[in-house]
Amino acid sequence: MTRSTPEPVQVVKSRRDAALAWLVKAVPYIGFLGVQFDRRGDELTAVLPFREMLIGNPALPALHGGATAAFLEVTAIIELAWATMWEDLEAGRLDPSRIADAALPNLPKTIDFSIDYLRSGLPRDAYARARVTRSGRRYASVQVECWQDNRNRPVALGSAHFLMPEG
Amino acid sequence: MSDHLARARAFIDILPHSRALGMRLDQFGDGQAVLSLPYDARLVGDPATGVLHGGAISALIDTASGAAVMAHASAPASTATLDLRIDYMRPATPGRTVTAHAHCYHVTRTVAFVRVTATDDDSGRPVATGVAAFTLTGQANVP
Repeated sequence: MTRSTPEPVQVVKSRRDAALAWLVKAVPYIGFLGVQFDRRGDELTAVLPFREMLIGNPALPALHGGATAAFLEVTAIIELAWATMWEDLEAGRLDPSRIADAALPNLPKTIDFSIDYLRSGLPRDAYARARVTRSGRRYASVQVECWQDNRNRPVALGSAHFLMPEG
Repeated sequence: MSDHLARARAFIDILPHSRALGMRLDQFGDGQAVLSLPYDARLVGDPATGVLHGGAISALIDTASGAAVMAHASAPASTATLDLRIDYMRPATPGRTVTAHAHCYHVTRTVAFVRVTATDDDSGRPVATGVAAFTLTGQANVP
């Protein structure tokens, strides 16, 4: 019985990291907010490092509700695009070494977004994770959660619908 | 420009996130606020089309809604978003300013309710609409 040799772990990691970086770097607004993504396998954690420009209420001080909303929306869109890209990447249909200069695949479009503000955002780093609860050919539903110091004390919860790109 | 609008504009200008996005307060009073967001390539969400990111529109809608609460006759000392729901009707036209009209149409002792519409220069077709509830504290004129 013959078995193909598994790919070296570094090859797999660098391919996945390159694909994620390609997706994230293409969107100017992600750079404007300063959102970064940690990857463990296919799981993404979005990180919003604290900066003064994220403040909405200087008296408290607290993060701007709009900055929190934008962070949740960025996390949801990237999670959805990443989940779609992951299958092609693992099946070998997508080669990041060749796509680096290629046009980005069409991104999902937000249909609606609903946010629950549970606590005021503190002037420190924030984290978020999104879960695709339904992914169809046309529509997708995503839930997203943002926290700071304590994972079980969320700052905000979001729920969104997206229109999937055609093709 | 009225003193009232000038004071409100100074208030918006010291909100670091609103300033970073380049928001401008155009109207303020009677529970209504109008804020605009000039087009900026740094705020693009879809590089293929140059359309602004939904997050930038959300930040505009949130700020306009909060400003409408502060513009209410009950004169609250401060407010914070409780929940916000935004529907995106169409992409904002690249290169055009987006303007949000927010109306705080009802307040209780503790909660303010807001409706908001965002348009670009084709004002007959909204880019997005929103509904929000805000906390209210320290109202000078309790209804």
